[in-house]
Amino acid sequence: MSDSELKASGQLADIAKQGLWKNNPALVQILGLCPTLAVTTSATNALGLGVATAAVLMLSNLAISLVRNWVPNEIRIPVYVMIIAALVTCVQLVMNAYLYDLYQALGIFIALIVTNCVIIGRAEAFANRNPPLLALFDGLMMGLGFTLVLLVLGGLREILGQGTLFAGAEQLLGPWAAGLKIELFTADSGFLLAILPPGAFLALGFIIAIKNLIDARLSRRTLRVKAQVERARMTTL
Amino acid sequence: MFHSMTKNGVRLALFALGCTALVAVTDHFTRERIAGQSQKQLQQTLGELLPAQLYDNDLSASCVQLRLPELLGDDLPHPVYIARKGETVTGYIIESVAPQGYSGAIRLLTAVTTDGKISRVQVLAHRETPGLGDKIERSKSNWIDSFTGQALMGDPDPRWAVRKDGGMFDSFTGATITPRAVVKGVQNVLLLLQQHAQELTQAPACQETP
Repeated sequence: MSDSELKASGQLADIAKQGLWKNNPALVQILGLCPTLAVTTSATNALGLGVATAAVLMLSNLAISLVRNWVPNEIRIPVYVMIIAALVTCVQLVMNAYLYDLYQALGIFIALIVTNCVIIGRAEAFANRNPPLLALFDGLMMGLGFTLVLLVLGGLREILGQGTLFAGAEQLLGPWAAGLKIELFTADSGFLLAILPPGAFLALGFIIAIKNLIDARLSRRTLRVKAQVERARMTTL
Repeated sequence: MFHSMTKNGVRLALFALGCTALVAVTDHFTRERIAGQSQKQLQQTLGELLPAQLYDNDLSASCVQLRLPELLGDDLPHPVYIARKGETVTGYIIESVAPQGYSGAIRLLTAVTTDGKISRVQVLAHRETPGLGDKIERSKSNWIDSFTGQALMGDPDPRWAVRKDGGMFDSFTGATITPRAVVKGVQNVLLLLQQHAQELTQAPACQETP
């Protein structure tokens, strides 16, 4: 591998690590809380919204990176807002046409992707100063990180609240997915709090706490290994 | 100063033009399919509500509009789909609103055969509490099927209430308001067919919803 290739793959790995863990949009940046908390009543919904958000994020990062040299600094925000709004509208129309059941299930939250701060946040923090392919990759990784957190949160709440996992997956993935449903226990009303909005806050809080705990463990270990050569960097940005 | 303002203004306008064009093009290519999807969805929903041997017309096409705020739940005109076998009317599917849900209106689709019996009820939209009131959905519990085969006997019919109020319909643990609202909404549909059958024959045909 040549020097530049090595550098490029290091950069990609860093972007992946930022999106999936270190700078995870839902757990560290705490952006896009409204859909995160509202839609994650089941794993299927969470996955659907996560994938839709990731798609918009990739498209918007790509588009904004492509036009970054033509957008003067003073009007960048309105331009980003226009691009994002146009892309979300397109995604909404396409989903309405080709993924009708999922479109029905996610309802208003598709349109609300516009207001998801992760998207404009990545436009400002990454896409407007990086080449298109890197921006696209950043969108993919941030979107993936967001989707994973949504999926864990949705799965957790569904298991606690209804005793099932991936109920209704056939709406999202087609008829074959009906078999994905796992019935862990039959609950008459389950642990209701998990499905109600407060349950979303509590579950997200626990997930963030666990992530921080893992980070603290990891940094203690690196500290010991490196023996105070360098301070471990806990967060970036 | 003035120069940069014009420059930025022109660029902003160009971006607005580009974005609008993108949306317009997407709309152009998806419009027909979207209309087809909601039509298909409607046909499927309607088809599930009445037994297939009862009608041979296209339900979604034989639709009239009715405005009856006290029985249909709100001020808007509601679609009524008329099932026919040959020339005889065999049943009605009525879209109505049960306004007294725990978190607002519950939209219902009720299929009634001409002998006054309910064929099936379907909840179209609601905002009831997940885990409690949402058992009115067919995917969550079979409660909504307890309407099937029921009819109004006498006026008033005291059996048309939840068990807690001395009626024949179960309510859910922790949620009485939701089933109460649905029972009332369905009962109103039956009352409508008893009292306003004449108006149904004179009601104007449905307009295309935009």
